[in-house]
Amino acid sequence: MTRGVRTDAVVVDSVVKQFGQTTALAGVSCAIHTGELFGFIGPDGAGKTTLFRILATLLVPDRGGARVLGEDVVDRLWSLRTRVGYMPGRFSLYQDLSVEENLRFFASVFGTTLEREHDRIAPIYRQLEAFRTRRAGALSGGMKQKLALCCALVHRPEILFLDEPTTGVDAVSRREFWDLLSQLKAGGLTAVVSTPYMDEANRCDRVALIQRGRLLAVDTPDAIARSFDRPLLAVHSAHRYETLRALRDYPHTHTVYPFGETLHYTDARTDVSVEQIAREVRAFLETRGVPRVAGGPRAIESGAGSPLHVESIPATVEDTFMARMGPETAPRSTDLTRPTVPTESTRQRHSSDPTRSETAK
Amino acid sequence: MTRALEAEGVAIIARDLTRRFGTFTACDRISFDVRAGEVFGFLGANGAGKTTAIRMLTGLLLPTSGQATVAGHDVYTESEAIKRHIGYMSQRFSLYEDLTVTENVRLYGGIYDLDNRQIRDRTAAMLSRLGLTRAARDLVRDIPLGWRQKLAFSVALLHEPRIVFLDEPTSGVDPITRRQFWELIYEAASSGTTVFVTTHYMDEAEYCDRISIMVAGRIGAIGTPSELKQQFGAHSIDDVFVRLARPVQESPRP
Repeated sequence: MTRGVRTDAVVVDSVVKQFGQTTALAGVSCAIHTGELFGFIGPDGAGKTTLFRILATLLVPDRGGARVLGEDVVDRLWSLRTRVGYMPGRFSLYQDLSVEENLRFFASVFGTTLEREHDRIAPIYRQLEAFRTRRAGALSGGMKQKLALCCALVHRPEILFLDEPTTGVDAVSRREFWDLLSQLKAGGLTAVVSTPYMDEANRCDRVALIQRGRLLAVDTPDAIARSFDRPLLAVHSAHRYETLRALRDYPHTHTVYPFGETLHYTDARTDVSVEQIAREVRAFLETRGVPRVAGGPRAIESGAGSPLHVESIPATVEDTFMARMGPETAPRSTDLTRPTVPTESTRQRHSSDPTRSETAK
Repeated sequence: MTRALEAEGVAIIARDLTRRFGTFTACDRISFDVRAGEVFGFLGANGAGKTTAIRMLTGLLLPTSGQATVAGHDVYTESEAIKRHIGYMSQRFSLYEDLTVTENVRLYGGIYDLDNRQIRDRTAAMLSRLGLTRAARDLVRDIPLGWRQKLAFSVALLHEPRIVFLDEPTSGVDPITRRQFWELIYEAASSGTTVFVTTHYMDEAEYCDRISIMVAGRIGAIGTPSELKQQFGAHSIDDVFVRLARPVQESPRP
């Protein structure tokens, strides 16, 4: 646990949570600094929602504990609830109420009024004001997220927990949402966000990579990317799939994955320079006839630049995530193991949210 | 004109395809081709007209004007033939969670008029390829999300459609499973199946051979991911998208 001059807004200590046979959190520990924009990044079923519910005082851990703003999430839940803001992953506002009615309702639950809190939410509410009388259920995805953020902010929380706020919204709205979070952070708010999207890591000060109820890493996005422990090569090829298959047969391949327009390759050898690896990979692919492979019409069109190009590149957060995921989900594994984390359906069955009634799916 | 294009292996042809709802034009004279065996990404902001375009291309909605053929069939007159020759997989809904793996496959095989022998043979081959043979009698809800999505994709290909439509196929899965999923997509494409992908996630778009971006009912840009990045002087498709879509602000509807 990090203990520095900074104060910690959140301290999570060895938290375990099980739902029946499935382990949602298998001993999670981390600290989030005051004023930080902190991200939990991992796929569906990694345990993000369970952890957020515990931190928002909605769920009790089986073992371990957590403190938020210095208060224990179990013993001090009633005093904490007025100090934290929580935005659940599923849209949980009243779809039949208008934008303004939803805001007034959440203000009144916390014993305040929209007028009194107007300045706090003004930067976001301004973007919603034109839709004041529209039913929340009739808003676009991006607007719904902004309204949910307003409702989570209306009681002036000192810390915000946002569970997958950008899932399912388009790229423009996602960017706007992250811009809003940066503004809130600049105003001094601590914000804890979860996302399944690795490319959002760079919007956070620090991130925790989470998978199967365990943290794989906690650090700045930069440091996590730099911790990738092998030379990484990008292979550009007009015949991506053929190249991928060829590299699967290459004796020195450690990993090879499709990665956007390229393939990311690491070598099993640790005593060979990256330049030599790049040369040898290129030579191998040429002997396999990759540049001349007939790839059908799509190969003709997609050949931007030279047909085959191999270069050394810096790793991304996503490369590190894959490297640390562990062998149980290795790419060529054919062994089906039982899920060790709750599936969507078990999560919904076991969870209830006492502060926000869910009026629609 | 369209006959000649089909002969050259074009899976989808749209020419000035338009759909109006009252005075609102959801799709405004969109034109594009998708080649057989291509992985084509179809992007656009919420409300840009993507869903309307897809409903027309899958035979669910008649256009107001313009032309389109999908797998060689006309969207005005042959919508039933289109439905038989396409596959569809959505992240939100694909398989019945209360049915077993095998029951799901049988159900889809029946819907697409496969006979019992075809269903049996293709199920066995599919499960063995996916490494799911031992889970054949498990309820779909009990298998991990990543496997469910790979299974859903394979089920969408069960009737050997010429074109498969995928709606945000990899959202929420872990990064390794996601890449396994893309390998299944590339494998299908290399055997000639056309893959039409819609997604909100721009890094997913970079896996496609070509992408189009809809803006306010029109095709705002179309090309390979590297062509579009070059054209807009952007580092990522995300940047291209935001530059294209940013000027369009949501306006209050009545």
